[in-house]
Amino acid sequence: MGMAASDSQFHVLAVDDSLIDRKLIERLLKTSSYIVTTVDSGSKALEFLGWHEDDRRNTDETSVSPQNHQEVEVNLVITDYCMPEMTGYDLLKKIKESSSLRNIPVVIMSSENVPSRINRCLEEGAEEFFLKPVRLSDVNKLKPHLMKGKKQEIHESTPPQSQPSQLPTPQSSPPQSQLQQPPQPQEQQQQPSQSSNNKRKGMDEGLSSPDRTRPRYNGLTMVSN
Amino acid sequence: MELNRLQRSFLEYTAALFREGFLDSQFSQLYQLQDESNPEFVVEVVSLFFDDSERLINDLSRALDQTNVDFKKIDAHVHQLKGSSSSIGAQRVKNSCVSFRNFCEVQNIEGCLSCLQQVQQEYLLIKNKLEALFQLEKQIVAAGGAINTVEWML
Repeated sequence: MGMAASDSQFHVLAVDDSLIDRKLIERLLKTSSYIVTTVDSGSKALEFLGWHEDDRRNTDETSVSPQNHQEVEVNLVITDYCMPEMTGYDLLKKIKESSSLRNIPVVIMSSENVPSRINRCLEEGAEEFFLKPVRLSDVNKLKPHLMKGKKQEIHESTPPQSQPSQLPTPQSSPPQSQLQQPPQPQEQQQQPSQSSNNKRKGMDEGLSSPDRTRPRYNGLTMVSN
Repeated sequence: MELNRLQRSFLEYTAALFREGFLDSQFSQLYQLQDESNPEFVVEVVSLFFDDSERLINDLSRALDQTNVDFKKIDAHVHQLKGSSSSIGAQRVKNSCVSFRNFCEVQNIEGCLSCLQQVQQEYLLIKNKLEALFQLEKQIVAAGGAINTVEWML
């Protein structure tokens, strides 16, 4: 892979209305060597992420304003569920509905173990659901999600590389009729999930489909596909 | 030797707090987050908890004193208190919050008032104990030692 990714420092945005919990999660994340920003509400989180009202997935406008430009790169959002005004679920939804933010992995934390709540969040695209109080062992689970997020950025900014694969050795077919087989480009992403409604795998599907490409990696500041 | 005595007191004191259910394993997790770059982390978080709790308990007293009691608001306060006590490992405070929320749900004023009293008691208890613990820590550090939390096998 040609892209020299700086995967040494991940930036996590932590959202929680409780000061104590913000302090805790900040320490937990910093202990794991992440760069941390904490905010106390969903709306502040969206502001930080550079979210805009009309920043929806299937937008078709060709404005020249850098509306979808994410000001600061965030590699993961970890948010409390129970917050006044905007819950963690609401925030999750807005992120997943945003064309510029939808690839950011989101993790939900909650003090309450409510299976329907957990399922709802996972269905909406949350990577994990942590029960509070969050521990170091939970934070250790974030790494793969962060790596996945970084990997996707790399894939979106470089064309898919063709992996050299062995040409099939001709068996019994005569050389003249043997078709020249170009090396098969290896699928970089996992198999697309059966149901396109499976939001859980939302990040994995459609990497090659142009309308999912994050604007800032087009080389342009806006998206129009 | 003074330092040894102090360190032993520290261990015995914390062991008792765990054993008697005042603290749970989350409290020891806090110490795992404390290091040379954040040497006061535990004291800082616990201080936040004290401030938060006092504010919430006051709010709760006021809310329960109203002619028309707003149980939703009370529940929100208790939920917050439950959260912060859980975050620092103050188990008895947390548990008293659980009972409190149950009474809120059925809108039982007497039950709520009794729970508030219990929450207040538990809070004062843990506050005293943690302050004593931190005093002990200070003495240990002053005597040239460091606190040992490795033996908190939970």
